[in-house]
Amino acid sequence: MPRHKLIASESDVSIEVEDEGKDNEFSIYYVEVEENFEGGKEKQATRDGKRRRVRNSEVGRRASEKRTTEAGNKKAEKKHDKRHKTARKEGEKHGRKQRRKNADAEEAEEESGKEKKNIKNERTKTLKLEDEKEKDVKKKRKKHVKNEEDDAKPEKTKHKDCHDMPLKEKKKKKKIKKPETISESESKSEPESQSDSDSESKDNPAVGVLGSLTPEELEKLKEAVDERKKLIATLRGKPWPMRKKLVVLRESQEFVEKYEGALGKGKGRKLYAYKVMMMKKWMKFQRDFENFKTACIPWEMKIKEIESHFGSSVASYFIFLRWMYGINMILFGLTFGLVMVPEALMGKPYGSLPRKTVPRGEEASAMNFAVLWDFGGYAKYSVLFYGYYNSQRAIGWLKFRMPLSYFLVGVGTVAYSYMVVIRTMARNANEEGGGDDTSFNFSWKTFTSWDYLIGNPETADNKFASITTSFKETIVEEQESRKDDNIHLTRFLRVLANFLVLCCLAGSGYLIYFVVRRSQKFALEGLEKYGWWERNEVNMVMSLLGMFCPMLFDVISTLENYHPRIALQWQLGRIFALFLGNLYTFIIALMDAIQLKRAEEEIVKKNMTIWQANLYNGTMPDNSTAPPFTAHPADVPRGPCWETMVGQEFVRLIISDTMTTYITLLIGDFFRAVLVRFLNNCWCWDLEFGFPSYSEFDVSGNVLGLIFNQGMIWMGAFYAPCLPALNLLRLHVSMYLQCWAVMCCNVPQERVFKASGSNNFYMAMLLVILFLSTLPAIYTIVTIPPSFDCGPFSGKNRMFDVIQETLETDFPAWFGKVFSYASNPGLVLPFLLLLVLAIYYLQSTSKTYKRVNMELKKKLQTQNEENKKKNKLAALKAANELEQQRSNSASDLGVNEESSSLDEAGHHRQAGQNGRFIHPSQSQHTQNSGPPVTSTHTTTRTPASRGHTSSGHLPGHPHQPQKNSHSKRR
Amino acid sequence: MGNKQTIFTSQQLDAYQDCTYFTRKEILRLFHRYRDLAPQLVPLDYTAGPDVRLPYELIGSMPELKDNPFRQRIAEVFSEDGEGNMTLDDFLDMFSVLSEMAPRDLKAYYAFKIYDFNNDDFICRSDLEKTLNRLTRNELTEDEVRMVCEKVIDEADLDNDGRLSLEDFQHMIVRAPDFLSTFHIRI
Repeated sequence: MPRHKLIASESDVSIEVEDEGKDNEFSIYYVEVEENFEGGKEKQATRDGKRRRVRNSEVGRRASEKRTTEAGNKKAEKKHDKRHKTARKEGEKHGRKQRRKNADAEEAEEESGKEKKNIKNERTKTLKLEDEKEKDVKKKRKKHVKNEEDDAKPEKTKHKDCHDMPLKEKKKKKKIKKPETISESESKSEPESQSDSDSESKDNPAVGVLGSLTPEELEKLKEAVDERKKLIATLRGKPWPMRKKLVVLRESQEFVEKYEGALGKGKGRKLYAYKVMMMKKWMKFQRDFENFKTACIPWEMKIKEIESHFGSSVASYFIFLRWMYGINMILFGLTFGLVMVPEALMGKPYGSLPRKTVPRGEEASAMNFAVLWDFGGYAKYSVLFYGYYNSQRAIGWLKFRMPLSYFLVGVGTVAYSYMVVIRTMARNANEEGGGDDTSFNFSWKTFTSWDYLIGNPETADNKFASITTSFKETIVEEQESRKDDNIHLTRFLRVLANFLVLCCLAGSGYLIYFVVRRSQKFALEGLEKYGWWERNEVNMVMSLLGMFCPMLFDVISTLENYHPRIALQWQLGRIFALFLGNLYTFIIALMDAIQLKRAEEEIVKKNMTIWQANLYNGTMPDNSTAPPFTAHPADVPRGPCWETMVGQEFVRLIISDTMTTYITLLIGDFFRAVLVRFLNNCWCWDLEFGFPSYSEFDVSGNVLGLIFNQGMIWMGAFYAPCLPALNLLRLHVSMYLQCWAVMCCNVPQERVFKASGSNNFYMAMLLVILFLSTLPAIYTIVTIPPSFDCGPFSGKNRMFDVIQETLETDFPAWFGKVFSYASNPGLVLPFLLLLVLAIYYLQSTSKTYKRVNMELKKKLQTQNEENKKKNKLAALKAANELEQQRSNSASDLGVNEESSSLDEAGHHRQAGQNGRFIHPSQSQHTQNSGPPVTSTHTTTRTPASRGHTSSGHLPGHPHQPQKNSHSKRR
Repeated sequence: MGNKQTIFTSQQLDAYQDCTYFTRKEILRLFHRYRDLAPQLVPLDYTAGPDVRLPYELIGSMPELKDNPFRQRIAEVFSEDGEGNMTLDDFLDMFSVLSEMAPRDLKAYYAFKIYDFNNDDFICRSDLEKTLNRLTRNELTEDEVRMVCEKVIDEADLDNDGRLSLEDFQHMIVRAPDFLSTFHIRI
């Protein structure tokens, strides 16, 4: 087998050579050729030697061939049988191989014919390659690949030896080979003379059989195949034009196809082929799966459209929204699949228990339209809320542990959210890397400030303006550290602004507290007496505060005169504080309400016994055989069920929040845009560019709104399993609505901020909110006993007792014992301590790493500076020398002109191998005119300080740039 | 799908998927985008690999590129003839490199090519000036431009030859926090 490969590689080389011969830029290479002639000769000699050796070992070859013949005959027999039976692909591959082996040994003519065919194949390939190559502008790259391919071929061990040599040397060697081989190969390829190809075919097999099927050869072949596979896998990352990539891909695929079957021996071969086949299938599956996965990502096109209109920052909001949607999808799946559906299917039906029935007093209004946003009436007594669930330990034929499942889902949603948020944060942190180093300030501004995503003229205008201003700012900053004009005034204004903001925050907090207390008073007196406003006062006030306070903050922040980026951070911080304050006042007020409800519950409990006694007294005499409880469940008195109340509050909050968001969107964006557009024709000033103008999309505000919304979901989801579903609906609608609103009535921001870097900021806020929102939920679960007559935990002292109950009844006794041992404080405390210690250790190690990193960075910088200095010195020296030389030989410069220009041309050809060489006369000119500049790259070489830069090399391009610079410096 | 499959053979699609960062669907979508630029020029059947190239005027008028100050350079760098006239292969190549999935090194390599206006494998002062003038629409004064150029070369030029080689550029760009997020085009 290696023989075919050998031929392929051999002809590859000859093609290479031919190509190089055609490139006239290489033909002027005589300087290097002379320089390296010795090396080339050496190589030639070794080649010849090899061939001779090969010929000498002809005898050995015969012997080995005989051996293979015997084996081959046997195999051939087997094969014939097999061929009828076994799978086509495999069998054929083996068959071809074995047939060839037979042919090898038995009929020389057949062999030669086959070889001829092979050669012909190779020749067509050659021609193809040539065609392709002529079109190829970047010859250098091509050659690079060739070299790689050559390396891949086992026969080219010699090349491997000279791997560490600069690549150029290798090329030169090949060029040396050219004069002899070119005539050979040309005579071979142009006339279709059989004798020539025969001779070659005899020559080449001789080389090829050298190690025919020895283990090393096989190993090498395997390596080569693996190399090709790797090449295929990394092909997309190579900076080649597509046509070339396609060609390389096809070639390497053919190569792999051809030789993969040759690997492995005897039984191993079959296994190997099987493995290869499975691998192929697996790859195909992976690719299909990948395709499927990307097809599943929703709203990709919408987001892309927005991105192209508004840049990456606005799109980052929508990506965040989509991410949130995904999380809520999972939360919804958990609650829906493990809590709501089992209860609805297997739990006792509606009306069977008091907790599952609308009480008599509410029956009249239970189907009112208001139920849709109030979630009273039938909605309150359904799977949507905590109170509906029964405390029966196992339900249905599956013996589904409802209370346990309810509890675990509650814990699981929180745990999952933590996991996802932290994982995303870690990933983002990884991606960000070390960004806060200012050593490349101007370069980064120059090369990375344009957002390639922008595809909208208006955004582009804004971007141009912002880039210009940022340049001007940095220039000013660079020229002199900014002088502060009247620092006292700005300080005073800033303090004033913060004071005002604090006043706002306190005011809003108090307002919410006041409203919640008032609503409790209303609730105590009965809501029926009051109108819509009194019912929804709390939610409306919260939403309105959330709407107007940020605007107020915005106005206040103009006092401060901060840099816009810092101003944005302040603004975000303030809105965050406002939302948080509002939420917590709400929760505190809710806690008060819970206490009230519990007091009420006590009273109801007492009344209950009285009522029961009455019931007994009333019914016993009439019908003594009937069971004691005959009252309709709707008539049974019941406790207030604070859990449902909490859930309901959250649901209402979410709904009113959603409504206000949508309404502000419609009024603030859409109607404003409509008015501005159509009133502009009959107005006394320009509305579009004057006062109202179109609104901008407020990324930070929207993100904060989203985050707080999610916080409320996390807080309330335990008491209202419907919350994730509601949120899902809300996010879905707002995705479409906001996409539409952004595209139709917003203008791009004047200052286009970049999205990167802020992502983790959002995530950090989300984490904080997650923590803060789980705190109250956990507090209520742990400290407050559940209601006695509603919910899955009714009758228990605490909600988490359900775990203990499960342990006692559903697990073997020893497990419970182990658990009780494990949970005693003597074990738990050390464990916690250990955890804390581990965290501390990890944190301190990461700190150390960071410090080491910083130090390394500093070292690198100082080294760079040193190198620069050294280079400068060397350059100066060289310039001086040059100057001297020139003054010495100023007279006969004209004579030398021509010869030096030739030399020069040689140098520059070498430098610009990819076809873009500097014109000799031009380079000559530069050398004459600017001695210090050019001398740096013609006379000096950088010291070996370039190691650190090599990290930036392209994967498939390891040597090229370096080589380029080397050659420049020669 | 049956209709779409006739544009490319499945081998072609597989090969394109191996050579780009796109999925099958995206490749087809890109083909349609390409075709929409000039429906009369581009055939609906690419199984035979027809040699069609669209002139730069058409490529540059795509909404994704039309506001980009470097659109001409992008087209020139990725086109095989170096003048911005693109075949479908070039087109796919361009958006593959500019896609989200492309690694930093590959992007850096092509970014270097884009900013290297005179194709001499170095970003020299004149390249920088051109870049700056395109970025700011000639709104910086000459002095300012000169100063920024000096600063950039001072910062990024490690071997002190007065211009940025590919290594210098890569060294500088791999540390840039925004490079990956800004040097990509979604299509």
